[in-house]
Order: sequence, then structure tokens, then C-alpha cells
Amino acid sequence: MKFIDEYQDSRLAKGLAYKIAQRSTKTITLMEFCGGHTHDLRRHGLRQLDPETVEMRSGPGCPVCVTATADLDRAIALAQLPDVIITTFGDMMRVPGSYSSLQQSKAEGADVRIVYSTTDAIELAKANPGKSVIFIGLGFETTAPTIAASILKARQERVENFHVLSLNKLTPPVMKTLLDSGEIKLDGIVCPGHVSVIIGSHPYEFIPREYRVACAISGFEPLDILLGIDKLVEQIEKGEPKVEIAYARGVKPEGNERARQLIEDVFEIAEANWRGIGTVPASGLKVRGKYEQFDADKAFPVNPKPPREVKGCRCGDVIRGSATPLECKLFRQVCTPESPVGPCMVSGEGACAANYQYGTTHNPHSV
Amino acid sequence: MNDSVLLAHGSGGKLSHELVERIFLPFLANAALNKLDDSAIFEASGRLAFTTDSYVVNPIFFPGGDIGRLAVCGTVNDLAMNGARPLHLSLSAIIEEGFLISELEQIVQSVKKATEEAEVSIIAGDTKVVDRGQADKLFLTTSGIGIIPPGVDISGANARAGDKVLLSGTIGDHGIAIMSQREGLRFSMTLESDCAPLNKLVSQMLQASSRVHCLRDPTRGGLATTLNELSQQSKVGIVVQETEIPVKEEVRAACELLGLDPLYVANEGKMVAIVDPADADKVLAKMKHHGYGRDAALIGEVTSQHPGKVVLKTKLGPSRIVDMLSGELLPRIC
Repeated sequence: MKFIDEYQDSRLAKGLAYKIAQRSTKTITLMEFCGGHTHDLRRHGLRQLDPETVEMRSGPGCPVCVTATADLDRAIALAQLPDVIITTFGDMMRVPGSYSSLQQSKAEGADVRIVYSTTDAIELAKANPGKSVIFIGLGFETTAPTIAASILKARQERVENFHVLSLNKLTPPVMKTLLDSGEIKLDGIVCPGHVSVIIGSHPYEFIPREYRVACAISGFEPLDILLGIDKLVEQIEKGEPKVEIAYARGVKPEGNERARQLIEDVFEIAEANWRGIGTVPASGLKVRGKYEQFDADKAFPVNPKPPREVKGCRCGDVIRGSATPLECKLFRQVCTPESPVGPCMVSGEGACAANYQYGTTHNPHSV
Repeated sequence: MNDSVLLAHGSGGKLSHELVERIFLPFLANAALNKLDDSAIFEASGRLAFTTDSYVVNPIFFPGGDIGRLAVCGTVNDLAMNGARPLHLSLSAIIEEGFLISELEQIVQSVKKATEEAEVSIIAGDTKVVDRGQADKLFLTTSGIGIIPPGVDISGANARAGDKVLLSGTIGDHGIAIMSQREGLRFSMTLESDCAPLNKLVSQMLQASSRVHCLRDPTRGGLATTLNELSQQSKVGIVVQETEIPVKEEVRAACELLGLDPLYVANEGKMVAIVDPADADKVLAKMKHHGYGRDAALIGEVTSQHPGKVVLKTKLGPSRIVDMLSGELLPRIC
């Protein structure tokens, strides 16, 4: 089975990098929105292939990182309720909340389990009829359809002890908020590949139109990412920003209609609280009233103490792309993957973790 | 005999004796063990190596092995990684009440097979039974003793600039084989754990060269962690080529799917050897000639640059740091 090598071909990558370097005359700033891209750029050393004219900034596309401390505290409070099993994706376990973490709660006796899919959470609920199984719904448009499907499945199979704490977030609205803030001047955005499989390319069209910022939807293999950067440099050099799909094998302009219908059926759009950014209107998903029995917010109202942010942690700035991890005083000194202070050091998609894990040889721990 | 292990099997009384005599002794019999004295007595002279390890793998049966094979191979390999020729092992079992006798028997058989393959004997042992829920099915502890042949000096601190880094085969097989069986994953694949005793392979390598400087088996934490340990212990840098590191297609696919890096996934039948450049080809040829080193490869070299750090030259040409594993391997979420 060959499905990776083609997209990691060293000769093609060098050719593409050469093309980008030839094309690029202006000094530009691009943002890779998605944490997956942040990670892959460093894992493959792609930053060393880019010309010096291209500066890359990491964006807010790390679901664990953008989860607000208050929301995390809510998840931890749920874990501490009796007869509750919390199910979540791996990274979320270790993120410190204001006073504890899910991992800490687990050590103290809470039942917190890592699952690999929502289906597993439903199975767990079926196997434990005397307990309530709460799934912490994280992620962007990519994970929302499967979480929606799990609620439909729970209703169909009458799994009444299954609930979702929906912390899901939407991509285009937060892009708008970042562009509106003008905090960093962006010339182009590497748009997330997996999110775009669901939403297609149309929802980004306001970006070139209203902000004159170039957009390229990119996949996650090295050649995909380089191709995305190449498209952006081309658009910027020509002064013709638009939305281009540089990931045609995964993304269609219209996206995945069926998946979007699932989201639409189960969720309604609501404001959401983003770490480092604050409340963004119409950027989150809330379980619709007709499914409220599966809504953990309704079934288990909790009231955790007011959130507390760690002094000096710059995850918020890193998420907005206004600071690099190296500009945070805690980075590597106090905050490490072993004892993370903020979520960007925990998550596999967090910019701090990527910077920590994959320094380059020129300057082993900076990128 | 009962179908499952009872608390009384750990009481020290009749049932305890029955368990030892019916399950353990028939498979593991040897002169020292058969005596059933409080300690085993044996002759040995020279420099001795001694090690101990506990095994709590879940699930206890997995493709390519089980906890019994793992417990023998793990301890044999720990001895072999210092150049020792393993002689004798002890085996302690902590059994959860209700564990099936038939499964216990299967595991003891597997211990026997592995000891035969490694040519070691179990000369001391113990069993304890704990209440249901106080252990997860079966925990094993093995300790091992071995003799280091004269002239052999292998340590993680012995790597020198210019040395070559050899790897005995594909990485990540054990970790992915185990993960494929865990609750919640259940993907079906034909991949088997690489769990194997490496002592004979090591002894052939040491016969071929007296300039093998370091040996280490990249178990938990994977190749990345082992290379970091060696570079820190020896205060040297290590540079490895991503393209030279053998990874099975199934392992790569599973890692892509789960968001893991094969460099951090556990192995149980692989080793890293750091060898004087003059002897590297000779040692590599010996490795390739042996069944457990069939896919061996020269993956990099030791440098005086960046001491304590491991650098990976990626497929695309650039380099990056490879850090130790931190925390647990958790799949990413999107």
C-alpha cells in the first residue's frame, strides 16, 4: 500500500521549494491556521526549505489550545461528579485547568477515559447503564459531524446515559475576528485541509474579497504544504488574492454536504469562548433543543469557581499568532511537555509543543 | 484442578503447591528449580551482570507473543545489551483471583519456549494471588543474571565521535501490534510484535568485532528515546537519516492514522548498536545474517557536534532535533 511516499518525495519537494524561492520577491507573512500544519512544517523541516522572504506564523487551529480555561474547568467539574464517566480525546487529559486537570482528577479517583471515536463513548455508555457517560466534544468542523452522528445514534438506540459537552468551534468566524483585529498583518493563510473537506472553499471567499488576503487550502503531507505555500506566494506576487484548493484530492469547492447536514441537524450556531481571543460571535456549536437530553450542559449544570489564568503564560498570544513560542518567557524554562503550563505545550497540534519537539540544527531549539 | 485461580492458590498451602507442581514445574523443570529450596544455588565465575524488570502488558496475549514471552525476552535482552551471556532467570507471578488456569498454563508454556530459545533457565520463582481488581489479570517479574565474557566492555557511555549507528530492524512493530488490540481501537492487521530474545544475535556481533561500543534495546519510548539516552550518556551528538530507518508499511499506516511517530513507538526485539566505523560493515553483515537482524541497517553516526542531542535528517533534506518521548503516547484528535 503506497499512499504517503508520493507526497514526501524529496526531489519534488526540493523542486517546489526552488520554485517558491524563484517566485518570491516580497517579504510576506503567512499564517498556517491549523495545528496539524504547524506540526508537519517542523516535523519535516519544511521551514528550512522556505525562502527567507516567507515568514510563517502559527494560527489558532489547535482544538485543545483554543479551549477556554473556563470550559476546561467545566469539563473537570463534570469529571468530579459521582457516577460520571468522562470520555475525551487524548491531549485534553493533560491540559491544566485553573485548579486541576482531567489527568489530575483521574488520579484522584474520577473516571476519565481516552477514546478514539465517539462510537466508543456510546459503547461505554451501553456497557455502564448505571453511569452517565459524557463525551467532551472538541475540535472544528472536522470532528463536529461525527459528534453529531453520535447524538443521533444515541437517540436512535435509546442510549439515554450518553451526553456531549459541546466545545466545538468553527473556523471562518475566528479567521474574521483575527483579520478584524489587525494585530498582525497577514498576506496569506494556509487554510486547513481537513476542515475544508467538510466546509469546502466557499466559506473563505470573504477573506480575499474583504481583506485582500490570499488563501490556499492545503493537505498535510510535505508536498501538499509546499504546494499551498507556492499558491499563496504566486497570488501575492501577482496581487490577485483568491481562494485556491491546493488539496484537490481531499477538498471539493462545495465540501461535504451530507456531513454539514448532520451538523446542522444536531447543532445550532452559538457564540464561543476562545482562549486568547475571547468570545467570538457565531463561532461555536451548541446542541439543539430537540436533542437537549444529550446535552451535558443541560443534564449536568455545574458551576466551577471563576477561572484563573497562569501569570506569564502566553498561549493566548501564540494562538493569535501575535507571539511565537520563543517569545514566551516560560517556554522551555518553566513550561515543558513534562510539566506544561499552557495547552500549546500539551497538544500534539500546539505551536509550543511543535517548537519544543522539533528544533532545527542551526539553532537547535528555535524555528 | 479448578478452572480458575483462587485466593487459596496463593495461601502457601496445598493449593499453592498444586499450582507450582502442576503448572510451573512441568514446563520449567531443571535441577536447581526442582529442588524447591528457598533459594537456587548455581556456579558462576567472572564478571556478572544482573537485572530485573516487571511486565504488566495489556492485553496479556497479543499478536506475536504474550506476557510470558515478553518477560523472558525483556530480561534476556537487558543482560545482552551489556554484552552479558544470560544464564539464569527468576520468575515471579502476581495473579488476579479468577484468572483462568488454562491461560496461565499457556503463558508458562510460552515462558518455557522463550527460555529454550534463549538458552536460559528459570531457577527461582514465586507466585502470589491477589483479590479481584487488585491486579489486572497477571503481572510477571523476571530477574536475570549473566556472565560478561572477558574483554567485553559495552556501555551507553562508550559512544565516540565517528562511530556508526546500526539498527537491527524495523521499528514500532510491538507498540502498534499491542495498540491494535486495545479497547477502542480494534483495527485488524496482520502485524505481529517483534518480541524476541536478542542474546544470540549479540553474541555473534561480539564475535565479529571487539569494537562494539554501545548496545541498547529501544523498548518503551522507542528509538528516539534510546538514541537520546545514548547521546546524553556518552556526551556526544547523534545524526540519523530518516530514509535509512526501516519501518513496516503497516506501522507507518497505523501511525499516520493515530497521529503517532514511529520513532517513539515501543519495540521488544530490536537493538541499536554503536560500533567503531572500521568494524561497522562487518557487524552489520553479521546482523543481517541472523533472523532477528534481517532488516538491519546503518542509520547514522556519532558526532562531536551538539553533544546530548539527536538530529534527524528528514526525507526532504532538512534536519530537526529528535527529543525524548515525554508523557505517554496519545493519539491526536484531528
